[in-house]
Amino acid sequence: MWWVSVAVFLVVLAALIVALFLGMRRRSDDRAVSEATLSRSVATSVGVTVVILIGLLVASISTGRAVGALPESSGVSVSIIGHQWWWEVEYEDAVPTRRVVTANELHIPTNRPVVLKVTSRDVIHSFWVPNLQGKRDLIPGYTTAIWLQAERPGHFRGQCAEFCGIQHAHMALDVVAESDGDFYRWLDDMRQPARDPPDAVTRTGRDVFMRGRCAGCHTIRGTEAAGQTAPNLTHLAARSTLGAGTLTNTPEHLAEWIRDPQASKPGNQMPPNPLPADSLAALVAYLGSLQ
Amino acid sequence: MTQLDATWADPRGLYGWFMHLDHKSIGRRYLLTAFAFFLIGGVLAALMRLQLSRADNTFLGPDLYNQIFSTHGTTMMFLFAVPVMQGLGIYFVPLMVGARGIAFPRLVAFSYWMFLFGGIFLYVSFLLNAGPDVGWFSYPPLAGALYTPSKRADVWAQLITFTEVASLAVAVSLITTAMKLRAPGMTLNRMPIFVWAQVVTSFMVLFAMPAVMLASTCLILDRLVGTHFFDVEHGGDALLWQHLFWFFGHPEVYIIFIPGSGLVSTIVATFSRRRMFGYLAVVLSLVSTAFMGFGLWVHHMFATGLPQLGESFFTAASIMIAIPTGTQIFCWIATMWGGRITVKSPMLWILGFFFIFIAGGLTGVMLAAVPLNTQVHDTFFVVAHFHYVLIGGAVFPLFAAFYYWYPKITGRLLSEQVGRWVFGLFFIGFNLTFFPMHLLGLHGMPRRVYTYPAAMGWGTLNLLASAGAVLMACAVLTFVVDAVRALVAGTAAADNPWDAGTLEWATNSPPPNANFPSPPTVAGREPVWENPPDQPVVVGLRTDARDVLVTHVLDAEPDHRLLFPEPSIWPLLTAIATTVLFIWSIFTPWGVVYGALPVFVTMVGWFWPKSADEGGTQRWPFAHRTLPRPNEAPATGGAI
Amino acid sequence: MSEVRTLDVSGLPPGAFGSRTLTFWGTLGIVLIESTVFALAVAAYFFLASRAPAWPPDGVAAPDLRWGTVNTLVLLASLIPNELARRAAERVDLARVRAWMVVCLVFAVAFNVIRVLEFTHLNVLWDRDAYGSIVWVLLGLHTTHIVTDFLDSSVLALLMFTGPIEEHRFVDVEENAVYWYFVVFAWLPIYGVIYWAPRLL
Repeated sequence: MWWVSVAVFLVVLAALIVALFLGMRRRSDDRAVSEATLSRSVATSVGVTVVILIGLLVASISTGRAVGALPESSGVSVSIIGHQWWWEVEYEDAVPTRRVVTANELHIPTNRPVVLKVTSRDVIHSFWVPNLQGKRDLIPGYTTAIWLQAERPGHFRGQCAEFCGIQHAHMALDVVAESDGDFYRWLDDMRQPARDPPDAVTRTGRDVFMRGRCAGCHTIRGTEAAGQTAPNLTHLAARSTLGAGTLTNTPEHLAEWIRDPQASKPGNQMPPNPLPADSLAALVAYLGSLQ
Repeated sequence: MTQLDATWADPRGLYGWFMHLDHKSIGRRYLLTAFAFFLIGGVLAALMRLQLSRADNTFLGPDLYNQIFSTHGTTMMFLFAVPVMQGLGIYFVPLMVGARGIAFPRLVAFSYWMFLFGGIFLYVSFLLNAGPDVGWFSYPPLAGALYTPSKRADVWAQLITFTEVASLAVAVSLITTAMKLRAPGMTLNRMPIFVWAQVVTSFMVLFAMPAVMLASTCLILDRLVGTHFFDVEHGGDALLWQHLFWFFGHPEVYIIFIPGSGLVSTIVATFSRRRMFGYLAVVLSLVSTAFMGFGLWVHHMFATGLPQLGESFFTAASIMIAIPTGTQIFCWIATMWGGRITVKSPMLWILGFFFIFIAGGLTGVMLAAVPLNTQVHDTFFVVAHFHYVLIGGAVFPLFAAFYYWYPKITGRLLSEQVGRWVFGLFFIGFNLTFFPMHLLGLHGMPRRVYTYPAAMGWGTLNLLASAGAVLMACAVLTFVVDAVRALVAGTAAADNPWDAGTLEWATNSPPPNANFPSPPTVAGREPVWENPPDQPVVVGLRTDARDVLVTHVLDAEPDHRLLFPEPSIWPLLTAIATTVLFIWSIFTPWGVVYGALPVFVTMVGWFWPKSADEGGTQRWPFAHRTLPRPNEAPATGGAI
Repeated sequence: MSEVRTLDVSGLPPGAFGSRTLTFWGTLGIVLIESTVFALAVAAYFFLASRAPAWPPDGVAAPDLRWGTVNTLVLLASLIPNELARRAAERVDLARVRAWMVVCLVFAVAFNVIRVLEFTHLNVLWDRDAYGSIVWVLLGLHTTHIVTDFLDSSVLALLMFTGPIEEHRFVDVEENAVYWYFVVFAWLPIYGVIYWAPRLL
């Protein structure tokens, strides 16, 4: 399509320039171009245009069919639910206890189609991983399906592509494509409940989390934290970013984020948490242990 | 001053200025006001480009940026692009058809005030931190009460009401003028292409704008009185908005482009010194573009996951609309090929139009393909596409029209030399700003983001785009300076400095109050070129009152005369009352009820006759009728 | 220099009736705009219905047929005095214009009052759900028309009594009648949608 367009552009402009040149040179006593010649030229051009457009139409419809058709089930089916301004990712399973809920990160096995069922809990978002597939809007009240397939392992960045409010610009998603073995190992890890805190500092951190308001919004499976409105933190330490791609997941950034999420992502739903330094350090250590 | 001049003069003084009904006065106001909004919208764009020139920039925070991009789009689409084209229609359609005035002059005056008050309302709100911040198309649920609890979305929705009322009123007037006020001899196939373009556009306005008015009203109702049109929890539907909005939104862009194409036909013909080649093909292209334009709207929704068969239909329609557009392009080229061309400033802008609009049209064909669309939808590729087609298809012809018609409106000539600089700066600046955006979109940069991470590598292209904006600003500034200079100290213009063929050039620059000392009749499509020397002029209209000749729709045979209204303050008063109603009603539904009373009063004042014979007919009681019934032949028209 | 030829239009009448007038074209414009609004509102109705599991939603009864049907008959009946007023205007018969316009206004009061009863017998409020919203808006859109038609016809009728009256005013009466026709005929599909669609869907 690109080359056809370039060719058409150049041909039409060339015709324009030739016509301009001839028109500028013509003096009133020159022989005029006959109306019949002009008619034939215009008619031919319109005819060629129609043929090209029909060709493009056929090409785009057949490509659309191929790209849009959902593949045979490959066993990996994921629900993506859009929120202001984060992605809820749920791996389906017939057995409820084997379902995995995470946020802002999607792992897929390479060379297999993955079906995504997408919707939104609040406003319209759009799921888009440019390297892997066209975008699909997440519309509250509608659940639609698209598929992805990665041909090679690696990280692919996704981003929300429908204006969804003040932090639309900071709603990214990390898609990790990996071999079957790696993928299923990851999924198994994700099925485990949160690791128990290994030492005193992390135990203190867990207390800070449960006693504070964190548990009101966030879930850590295997603990009493069961909040539903914010990302699931059960395996937070295994994620590469914080705040849906706003910051990389390091202890410094995590402390910064917890202390004041509004500094790096103003307007997002998480309030600031002015904690004393040692409580904050313990909390960061605890969350850092949630592999 | 002759009696005719005095009869058609608008009152002087400040109070008199509010009573003006002359279509040339209202047309000038429309053009100036729309251009002012263009400048303001451009400033907003410059602010956006500044913010985006670097990754992770902190010049504008997200809240202000979101208000700015929403207000920029809303301003350009509703306060500039449509009003400026309608303003050109208001000024030039009556002149081009040989009429003394525009149909329903008080309605046109009223529409100007509604347009102006709507724009002021938007910007006052913006300055009060209540500007719209959910994009120019304001999708719910984001625009609903839950996610936008402030008044911002109501301001947006009511701005729509202001501008749509204004546009609809002008559309009705333009259609009526072109159908019923044409000079004798101007059969439909002699009507200038620009007038055809305005008529076709006006019909599109009649059918498209109700969709957005209905949608925005439903949005206000959802937000104000608890209806559930777009509220998923209670049976509402987010896609209902998109269907209603885009049913308007797609024709809207043709409402903007078709007058532009009419301008191109006009100027190409003049500067090729021959009538437009393929008149019938061009008129049919305009009409078919208008029809087809109503069948494309779903191509704005390809990312929503609609059934494939439906999508294919809209892909087909979106691709096929290139056929009538292409036909026009080929006819323009043919006209130039068969003509004797001089390249003055207006023609430069037309050449720029070809380059830019065709590029934009081709990216449009690309976007019509669903697989491509789902990649580049909602990215800067689309931003590039629509700026290429809208700036290419409307703003370039508009600048051409400014250079072309400035002498007619003001009686002065703009500088040719400065004109070349303005064109060059703008053309280069435009391409520098918007071409890189195609690449940014293909590299994954989404729209409507107040910033982007440095790691994405989008910084260089964004910086280039921002640099281009500087050039465009310089171009526009230079234009404004030259326009003011010419007004004050420019060379006087003759009646017909371009030696053009349509009727507006058959009278003075600027035209006298009554447009023509004696209304013309025509014998060809380009009357100034083709009328024989003894072509009759119309006599017998009153000079002591605003007497206008009304003709038949198809063949422009004289039918009856009509007295047009005298200057009046009622259009302004009605607009003020309506403005109060509109603004009040975004705060409480009772605003509609209480606000309706002053509107009713002003409309009665508007309509109620000020004297017993202001319509020019006999007072009651009378013995014999003078007005013929619907199917009666008129009393003896004059013979040529 | 040859004398300029002229086309003398002084013998033309200072106005006309019917589709030759500018007023007719203005009315036509409004008719096209409002028809589009109604058509889109009806389309929205069916779109929302197609997305709903039940229509009307469970627990909601369809609007009572009585007042809607009565009003449809009143509206249709009002076309008689409307047509007679129109013809009287075309014949420039002031006495009959006055008489028939008063009769029209009586009908207008009637159908506006009955419209209130229609609203109270819709069996749903506008803020219950999308069904209630679209039904109220559909009925409300049409009500805007019958209210404004009543108001503008009252003003025009008043003028035909108080004066100043000139021959041109009779054209206004005739064109007003055309608009009245539109308001009545536009009701018929809306009546069908509000009152019968929930029973037939």
